Amino acid sequence: MSRPVIQIENLTRIYTMGETEVRALDGVTISVEPGEFVAIMGPSGSGKSTFMNIVGCLDRPTAGRYVLEGVDVSGLDRDARAEIRNDKIGFVFQNFNLLPRTNALENVELPLLYSKKSKMTDDEAGARARASLKRCGLEDRWDHTSAQLSGGQQQRVAIARSLVNDPAILLADEPTGNLDSKTSVEVMAIFQELNEEGKTIVLITHEQDISEHAKRIVMFRDGRILSDVPVARRRYAGRPAEGKAS
Amino acid sequence: MTKTTNILKVAFRALGRNKLRSLLTALGIIIGVACVVATIGIGEGARIQAENNLRSLGTNFLMVFPGTTTAGGVRMGMGSNSKLSEDDVEAVKKEVGSLAYVSATIRTAAQVIYGNQNWSTSIQGGEVDWPLIRSWNLSSGQFFTDADNKAAAKVCVLGQTVATTLFPNEEPVGKTIRIRNIPFRVVGVLEPKGGSTMGQDQDDLIVAPYQTVRKKIMGTTAVGAILASAASDDLVPRAQEELTALLRQRHKIGRGQDDDFMIRTQTEMLQQAEEQSRTMSALLWSIAGVSLLVGGIGIMNIMLVSVTERTREIGVRMAIGAKGGDIRAQFLVEAVVLAISGGAIGIGVGIGIQKLVARFAGWPVSVEANAISLAFVFSALVGITFGFYPALKASRLDPIEALRYE
Repeated sequence: MSRPVIQIENLTRIYTMGETEVRALDGVTISVEPGEFVAIMGPSGSGKSTFMNIVGCLDRPTAGRYVLEGVDVSGLDRDARAEIRNDKIGFVFQNFNLLPRTNALENVELPLLYSKKSKMTDDEAGARARASLKRCGLEDRWDHTSAQLSGGQQQRVAIARSLVNDPAILLADEPTGNLDSKTSVEVMAIFQELNEEGKTIVLITHEQDISEHAKRIVMFRDGRILSDVPVARRRYAGRPAEGKAS
Repeated sequence: MTKTTNILKVAFRALGRNKLRSLLTALGIIIGVACVVATIGIGEGARIQAENNLRSLGTNFLMVFPGTTTAGGVRMGMGSNSKLSEDDVEAVKKEVGSLAYVSATIRTAAQVIYGNQNWSTSIQGGEVDWPLIRSWNLSSGQFFTDADNKAAAKVCVLGQTVATTLFPNEEPVGKTIRIRNIPFRVVGVLEPKGGSTMGQDQDDLIVAPYQTVRKKIMGTTAVGAILASAASDDLVPRAQEELTALLRQRHKIGRGQDDDFMIRTQTEMLQQAEEQSRTMSALLWSIAGVSLLVGGIGIMNIMLVSVTERTREIGVRMAIGAKGGDIRAQFLVEAVVLAISGGAIGIGVGIGIQKLVARFAGWPVSVEANAISLAFVFSALVGITFGFYPALKASRLDPIEALRYE
């Protein structure tokens, strides 16, 4: 069996607010294999956001170990974590978080700007960003700014941005939270396609039907994993995926 | 994609989004830099002008005035007791070897008439060395001779202004004008010299033989002042010493007593003019300094606002992989671009002010290349100094907090 993408052991995160200590995560152990599609669920305050921040290298655990693609990232400093985020993690947010007054192509190119991996020319970067946009079906809207795009289109630009550096994992935090149900299904179709192509995806959601697009559901409660089960009846959102998997 | 071009692009876009705000923020820098450029330009122009004027006085020029006298401890005003005699002049001519030219002078003001024109002007009495000391050539005719002086001949040489006023359509040489109703024959016209530092028209004068002015016009025995020029530049201090020694001896001034005459040299006058322009410059420099400081604080203020406004953007950039240094560079570049743009406008405004002042004051315009580079350096420094803290603040934001910021 191949090496896990995410290997987390006994992860603990404690926030201190004055005198009181809040155990947002309390000894979480989980591993995610390449090509998995994991949905993280749980009520608010269950620790799923804290979990996502640590998995996304935006935050550091108080205790425990987090190994990402064989590299222990639990003790890295700010700049080192920024490099890891750029290189290995693709973020998709609930509110899209595209830069305002910046066109789709420039938004997608953004991670390449901060990339240390390789010095690429403007043309190469542009070509990669276009390819990424095309994969999300938006190649003809490359010069639209976020104000000129619908919510679903904005989220597709955000997915294109998260893919452009070919990260180890896609980390989607409530990606359908601001979308209507029809658009949500479209976005989930893209995630499923990407997963079919081998991308590892971690999806955070509180919607049962959205989580059922994943292959595995992990339920958090009070900073611990309550359950970790494969999806019994998986939903298929996509156009081509429909026939392929049933 | 090169990071630098992108940072610049983002900076220009961010500043262009709030054009009025950016302009108002840059105003302090604009004023400060305009002050720097105008200061240096005006200062330089004024200095050149003052120097030209003083050079136009003559070469290696010295002037001896009758000074104050001390009578029983009571100091009389300057010139209160005329202490320069014609004998003094003769002695100076004979004994001070470091002087090339010497001329007794005397001056008064008088009404002059030619035909139906009349004009009030300054009448200068001088000897034959006078044009040599003042290095002043004639545009037509000739200067009067030593014989004219000795004979107190009624001849005169006109300054350009007087010539054009009295003789709008005629050649003055050979004509007779009346000074205080005494007829004088015009023998020459001086070349134009232009205005002096004090705004006086140097060409508004008539030069006549010293003896003529003294006897025929003023009826006095005193010498107004002695004009002289040293044989060379480095002989000026020696000439001053020799003149002092000679006159003290002739006037029987004992050790420890003050001179009863005063010697001014061209060098001293130049220094004085420079001193004045330095005072002026110091004033403008302090205005420039205060404006740059205030402008810098304005930039810091707006950059802090900008950091707050763009917290989400900073969060997104950080999540995507921007390091602290990348964010810091972005905001620092924005502050510097803002300051330098202000600087560029300021340079334009400064040159404008300078040209305007130069036009009204009649000074030569001198756009100094080093003033412009200095202004650029200053504005960039202001941008860096006052942009640093906001940039640092931006780079230290917590990406989680920043992403959540509404």
